[in-house]
Amino acid sequence: MSKLSKEELEKKLATFVGLEIGPPQQPLEPVNESMIFHWCEALGDSNPIYTEPVAAKKSVHKGIVAPPAMLQVWSMRGLDMYRRTGGATDKQGELHALLTENGYSGVVATNSEQGYTRYLRPGDRISGRTVIESISEEKATALGIGYFINTRTTFRDQDGEDVGWMTFRVLKFKAEQKAQAAPSDGGGAPSKPQRMRPVLGHDNKWWWNRVNEGELPIQRCKQCGTLRHPTRPMCWKCQSLEWDYVVASGKGIVYSFVVIHHPPFPGFEYPLIVAVIELEEGTRIVSNLVGIDPKDVKIGMPVKVSIENVDETLKLPLFRLAKG
Amino acid sequence: MSTETIKFKDVSVGGKLPEVAIELTPALIIGGAIASRDFNPVHHDKAHAQSQGLQDVIMNILTTNGLVGRYVTDWAGPDSIVKNIAIKLGAPNMPGDTMKMKGTIKSKNDSDGTVEVDVVGANAWGHHVTGTVKVALPTGE
Repeated sequence: MSKLSKEELEKKLATFVGLEIGPPQQPLEPVNESMIFHWCEALGDSNPIYTEPVAAKKSVHKGIVAPPAMLQVWSMRGLDMYRRTGGATDKQGELHALLTENGYSGVVATNSEQGYTRYLRPGDRISGRTVIESISEEKATALGIGYFINTRTTFRDQDGEDVGWMTFRVLKFKAEQKAQAAPSDGGGAPSKPQRMRPVLGHDNKWWWNRVNEGELPIQRCKQCGTLRHPTRPMCWKCQSLEWDYVVASGKGIVYSFVVIHHPPFPGFEYPLIVAVIELEEGTRIVSNLVGIDPKDVKIGMPVKVSIENVDETLKLPLFRLAKG
Repeated sequence: MSTETIKFKDVSVGGKLPEVAIELTPALIIGGAIASRDFNPVHHDKAHAQSQGLQDVIMNILTTNGLVGRYVTDWAGPDSIVKNIAIKLGAPNMPGDTMKMKGTIKSKNDSDGTVEVDVVGANAWGHHVTGTVKVALPTGE
C-alpha cells in the first residue's frame, strides 16, 4: 500500500479517537492462586497477603488477594495474539497497522497509570474495555518522530462492578537509522554505558596523546611564552601560530565547582563533582574531583592531578585532594 | 519485606524509603513477562530483541509496574493498600544490569489516610522508571 501524505494520515488517525477497540476482552482464566504465586515468585514479592492464607486472613484484606499491579494480567490475551496471522483483530491493531504501513513501525510503551478500586480475590473474573482516548500530534522524540497513542481501559468483575482502570501510552515511531552497527554477537552481557569520547582534531589530538602517556600538558606560545588551555591554534595575546607545550606539575586549587545530581548521564557515577581547577602554572582546566565527599569540597582547596582510566579505553586527567 | 505495617502517623513528607538494588537476571525479565502473560518476543527472545536493534531482551512494563508496587509494599507492610501506580519508562532494563530503587514521601492526605511515594528506579543507563504510588496506611494508634 502506498504511503499517505501527513495530512491524509492525520485525518485517518483522527477517526480512531474515541473508539472502543472492540468488544470487552473477556478473561481466559479467573483470578487464581497459581498465577499469583508465579508472579510473586518471578518478581520476588514476598508480601504474605498474596500467597500465605493464614497471614492473609489476619491482614486487613481478610484472605488471599492478587497483587494490584496484576490488574491487567487477568484479561491479557497471552500467546494467542502472537500466534495469529493475517491482519488486525481490533481497532487498536488497525491503528497500529496504519501507522506501521506509513513508516512508523517502532512501538514502545512509555507510560502506565493504574487505579485500584478494590483488591482482586481468587475466583474474580475480570474483563477489560479499552477506548482510544487520544492521539498526539507528530512529536520528535529520542527514538525518532512518532505519535503517542493514549488508551483507557476500565476493568469490571463478574457482577459488572468497576474494580480498576488503566491509562496506557505507547509511542509509534519511525526508528532512526543509527550510525553504529547493531550488536553483533549473540552471547555475553549487554555492553556497559561509556562516557562520551573527546572529539579529536588537528588542534587537540596531541594533547590527548600526552594525557594517554600520563602527562598533563599545557600549550605554550613559542613567541611570547603565554600558556593557554584548552588547546587552540593561535595565541590569544600575540596571535602567533607557533607553539609547543610544557608539562604541568599537576598541582592546583579548586577555583569553582558544582555537584551534579540530575539528570544522570550514562557512564558517570553520581553525585558527580565537576570542578574548574586552577593549575599553579596559571591556566584553568575543567575536570572531575574524585575520592572526596561532595560536602567536603571547598573553593581554594589544594588538589593534584591523577591520570586515571575511567573505563577500558578512556584515560582522563582527574583531580584528587593534595596530601599534606 | 517488613512484617509490621507502617502507621500513617509515623510517616512524614520528605521521608526516604530504604534503597533496594534489584539484580536484573534473565529469570526476572523473562519470568516477569511470562507471569504477566506478555508474550511479546522482545521480552523473552534475545535474537528477536537484537533484530529490533536492542542489545538483549528488555523488561516489560507490567513487570516494572509490579516491582514499583512491591518496592512500596515491602516498605509499607502487609496491611497497606495500594490505590494507584503511575509510572513513566526511560532506559530499558536488560539482563546483567542492576536497578537501584529509591523512594521519597511526596504527600500525605489526612482525610483518607493515604500517602504518595515518589519512586525512581535507575540502571546503568539512567532512569528506567520514575513514578508515584498512592498507598493507604493504617490510621490511629
